[in-house]
Amino acid sequence: MKQNIKKSMIKESFIVIILLIISIILLVLFPEKINPVTSTAGSYFLEMIFILPAVMVLMGLFAVFVPNKLVIDYLGKASGIKGMFIAILIGTLPTGPLYVAFPMVAVWLKKGASISNMIVFLSAWACIKIPQEIVEFQFLGFKFMLLRLVLTIIFVMIMGVIIEKIIKLTDKSRRVIE
Amino acid sequence: MNITIIIINLIAIIFLSIAFLKDKKKAKESLKIAMMSFIKMLPMLFIIVIIIGLTLGFLSADTISSIVGKQSGIIGIILTGLFGAVMHIPAILAFPLSASLLEKGASITVIATFIITLTMVGMITLPLEIKELGKKFAILRNVFSFVIAIIIALIMGVIL
Repeated sequence: MKQNIKKSMIKESFIVIILLIISIILLVLFPEKINPVTSTAGSYFLEMIFILPAVMVLMGLFAVFVPNKLVIDYLGKASGIKGMFIAILIGTLPTGPLYVAFPMVAVWLKKGASISNMIVFLSAWACIKIPQEIVEFQFLGFKFMLLRLVLTIIFVMIMGVIIEKIIKLTDKSRRVIE
Repeated sequence: MNITIIIINLIAIIFLSIAFLKDKKKAKESLKIAMMSFIKMLPMLFIIVIIIGLTLGFLSADTISSIVGKQSGIIGIILTGLFGAVMHIPAILAFPLSASLLEKGASITVIATFIITLTMVGMITLPLEIKELGKKFAILRNVFSFVIAIIIALIMGVIL
C-alpha cells in the first residue's frame, strides 16, 4: 500500500507540474486573465489551507485513540432497524478510506451480520464522515449538506434492504437448482 | 476569517490538548498520522486549486453551465456520475471544486451526483471489493449506489 501511495503522489505531482506549465502559457497569452485566475485560486487555496489541517488532526486523533477493532466489534452486535442506525453512526466516525472497511465487512458477513446493515455501514463510511461534513458545510452551505445527509441515509437504507433481498433470492434459487 | 474555520480549528486544538495531557506518545502519533495524510493530499490539493483558478478565470458561466449545468440534461448527469465513479479524489477536496463550479452556473443535481458517486462508487477499488466481499455484493452495491446517487441528486435539484 505504501508503495502505491508513493506512486500516486509522484503521478499527481507530475500532473501539478503540467498544469502549472499550461497555466503559465495561458496567462502569458491572456495577461488580462492573470488577476481573476490568481485571485480565485488564491482565495480557494487559503480557505482549504485553513480548514484541512484541523480536519486531518481530528482524523489522526481518532485513528490512534479509537482502534478500528473496537468500532467493528460494536457494529457486529447490532441488528434490525436499530442496527441500521448504529451502522450509520459507526460509519460516520472519522476512519480511513473505504477499502479499509472491505475486509472488516467480509469478516462480519462470515460471522452472520445482515447484508443490509453491512451495505448501510459501507455507504455511511463512504460518504458521510463527520469531519468531512464540516468541509461540505463550509464550501456548499448548510442546506446542501443537510439535504444530502438526510436523503443519503434514507436511500442507503432502502438500497440495503433491496440488495439483501436480491442476494438472498438468487442464493436460494441457486440452491434449488443444485 | 470565517466562523466555521475558527470553530473547527478550536475543536482540533482542544482535542489535541486533551490528547497530549492524557497520553503524550499517542498524541504525537496522531499528529504524525495527520501530517502524513496532509502531505499525501498536497499534490491533489494543488491540482484542484489550479483547476478551480483556470476554470473560473477562463470559462464563461455559459460554457460551464452547458457542460455541468441545467442544459446538460440527463446525459450531463450520467456522464458526471461516471466521472465521479472512476475518479479518486478525496471528498474534502471535491467540496471546494464543486463550490467553484456552482458559483459559475453548474446545477445542484449535477454537482450532487458527482459528490455522491465520487464517494460511494469506486471503480478503482472494485477489484478489491470483489475479492473481499464477492462479485454479487460488490457489483450490486456499486450499481445501486450509482442509481441512488442520481435519484438523491434529482431530488436535491428540485428542492434547492
